[in-house]
Amino acid sequence: MSDGRGLRGLVLLIVGTGLLAPILAGLAETASAAFGHLPALGFDGWSLTAWHALAAEPGLATSLRLTLVTGLGATALSVVLAMGAVAALAGRVPAARGMRALAPFLAVPHAAMAIGLAFLLAPSGWIARGLAPLMGWALPPDLASVNDPWGLALILGLLVKEVPFLMLVTWSALGQIDAGRQMAAGRALGYAPAAIWAKVLLPQLWPLVRLPVAVALAYALSVVDMAIILGPSNPPVLAVALTRWFFDPDPARILPAAAGALVQAAIVALGLVLLWAAELLAHGLGRRWVRAGGRRAFGPGLAAVLVGGLLTLATLALLALAVWSLAWRWSFPQLLPESWSLKFWLASGRWGAALGMTLWLAMASAALSVALAILWLEAEDRGQRTRARWAEALIYLPLILPQIAFLYGLNVVALRAGLSGHPGAVIWAQAIFVFPYVMIALTAPWRALDPRLSRAAAALGAGPWRRLVRVKLPVLLRPILTAAAIGVAVSVAQYLPTLFLGAGRVTTLTTEAVTLSSSSDRRVVAVYASLQALVPFVAYALAALLPAWVHRNRRDLAGAVPA
Amino acid sequence: MSLVLEKLMVTLPRADRPLFEVSLRVEPGQVASVMGPSGVGKSTLLDAVGGHLAPGFRCAGRVWLEGRDVTHLPAEARRIGLMFQEALLFPHLSVGDNLAFGLSPAVKGRAARRAAVATALERAGLAGMEGRDPATLSGGQRARAALMRTLLADPAALLLDEPFSRLDTGLRAEMRAFTFAHIAERGIPALMVTHDPEDATAAAGPVLRLSATGT
Repeated sequence: MSDGRGLRGLVLLIVGTGLLAPILAGLAETASAAFGHLPALGFDGWSLTAWHALAAEPGLATSLRLTLVTGLGATALSVVLAMGAVAALAGRVPAARGMRALAPFLAVPHAAMAIGLAFLLAPSGWIARGLAPLMGWALPPDLASVNDPWGLALILGLLVKEVPFLMLVTWSALGQIDAGRQMAAGRALGYAPAAIWAKVLLPQLWPLVRLPVAVALAYALSVVDMAIILGPSNPPVLAVALTRWFFDPDPARILPAAAGALVQAAIVALGLVLLWAAELLAHGLGRRWVRAGGRRAFGPGLAAVLVGGLLTLATLALLALAVWSLAWRWSFPQLLPESWSLKFWLASGRWGAALGMTLWLAMASAALSVALAILWLEAEDRGQRTRARWAEALIYLPLILPQIAFLYGLNVVALRAGLSGHPGAVIWAQAIFVFPYVMIALTAPWRALDPRLSRAAAALGAGPWRRLVRVKLPVLLRPILTAAAIGVAVSVAQYLPTLFLGAGRVTTLTTEAVTLSSSSDRRVVAVYASLQALVPFVAYALAALLPAWVHRNRRDLAGAVPA
Repeated sequence: MSLVLEKLMVTLPRADRPLFEVSLRVEPGQVASVMGPSGVGKSTLLDAVGGHLAPGFRCAGRVWLEGRDVTHLPAEARRIGLMFQEALLFPHLSVGDNLAFGLSPAVKGRAARRAAVATALERAGLAGMEGRDPATLSGGQRARAALMRTLLADPAALLLDEPFSRLDTGLRAEMRAFTFAHIAERGIPALMVTHDPEDATAAAGPVLRLSATGT
């Protein structure tokens, strides 16, 4: 066992049956429905009926265009803004402080942020109320500022979530290249800092951030919850249209939905090809630009200002959630409620069950994911191997593949097994998406652990399991809890896995918030969205406080371990 | 055309006394040596002259170059080249593109720029190595390529931060001669931080000893 072969086999078995098999089975079921084979509904044999039905869907072309414009547009803007802002801030703001400031924006689930933004942007929202005295509005203006037919509000929502994510990724990658001295070398050759960023640092950072950018792109091209709340409604982006068809009272619409799910997967594949092509193009053009020797460039300052604006919007959006959840009477041009009330917070009979279910799903899926991540990393340690490329690809697979492409099929499998609609099935489906983030968060601190600690323990006669339980896990308590908190945040944010595998019987804060978001009573929606945003914050707070308390008499563990 | 440091003082963040106060004049083609124990602020002095001080460091006094006061100019506007212990060639660019990166934008036209790079490589004994990955060069080749990259930017002065300490003894003498010959030929002043008394002897310029107490 000391070479970890047994443990490695166990990890492979769990990953294979728990993560890979459901994805493949789900894809296969979706594909078979797309080609007309759906025995449960009386469609037998192979046909192109589903594709004809899809092609006949009114608004399909618009949906496709909207998907490409919002997904590609939001991602391209996010990459440019995030990298520009880091270029402007790195060297002025210490990396640790900058990343800490970004963390809260990452923790907020997409749906909660989208609802907050809708409260800001809507014709009767905070921004319109602020402008009302200047514009002389007595009634909300007749503007489609949310759910606009161009998808601008959706692009803004995606930017608010993706820019902090990509900034964090870029900033931490910066620590892996010798940025400080390369900056000095470039400036001594007469280059302005912005030019050194573009010509020297970015080309070295790109390989380190390429995968996270691909994840952000795949997400933006297939997002559902944020697109329901902020995006165009008729026709919507493709992923939202597919969700509607899958849950249409007429089961025959599952056929075009399944065909569309394959189109959705193809769109993400196309997005990745475009990303790769853009990289090649930038490489070629960049080479010529480097050879020409120009010393100037501009942009980081502007990007930093725009990112500042985005983060201000995000902060106001969260504030709007809190204020609306406490409002009682609040007529239009008023900037603040005329009367306040705790009524909706006290009506816990409404939201209590959803909160309880959310917490249970989050804790279970995070705990499973952390346990698997620990086993995986321990198996790597014992085998003294670096991670193979296919293993790394396996971790990222659920984040790249659009959820809607296999969740329907996965639910077909669950139905057959009699698991659909059971919280256990939802925990499983959520863990497929929680595990990658937990694994990514835990890998760096796990590898940064001083290997001599383990060797010292071995020299004292401790076997591999004793070394893991008595040395590694306690020393790594802080990053393990941080990874668990990230897992909780990811679980709370999940919408489609709960919707499909829960079969309408598993209700969480997120499914309720999204369902209610189109309703007229903002105060109720605000309570659900606020709770949804609060759960990750509580998880992060516990992840920070618990190790501080456990290690209160251990100075070297009080935050020294990279988290 | 000389480099003049006039009562140059640097104070570390949260310190109340300056680390050192230096007055020095380096004539064109001369190499001045800065010596002293570790931690006395030799590299900080180079950072102050080159404009690379980290935020929070306070700098007083003046740096004059060719009669210009460059004390408050950003590093990229000073025209002061910098050589590190390691060559610090950019790992994502080929050897030729590293040199092209350095080549002054005043040299225009693709053919002219390519020719300038080829000539510089030839002078460094690296003829025809444009397409090589810098990681595949030997230590001495890397050091010569880095010097060529710096000189192609047409600097008005040069800072050398223990430039030969990472090289083998045999290579060190060769690289020293190569570097000093280029500085003399260009007729630019150079300031070299070193631990090695042989460096200072070979440089044959003024020697500045920084002591642990400062001043």
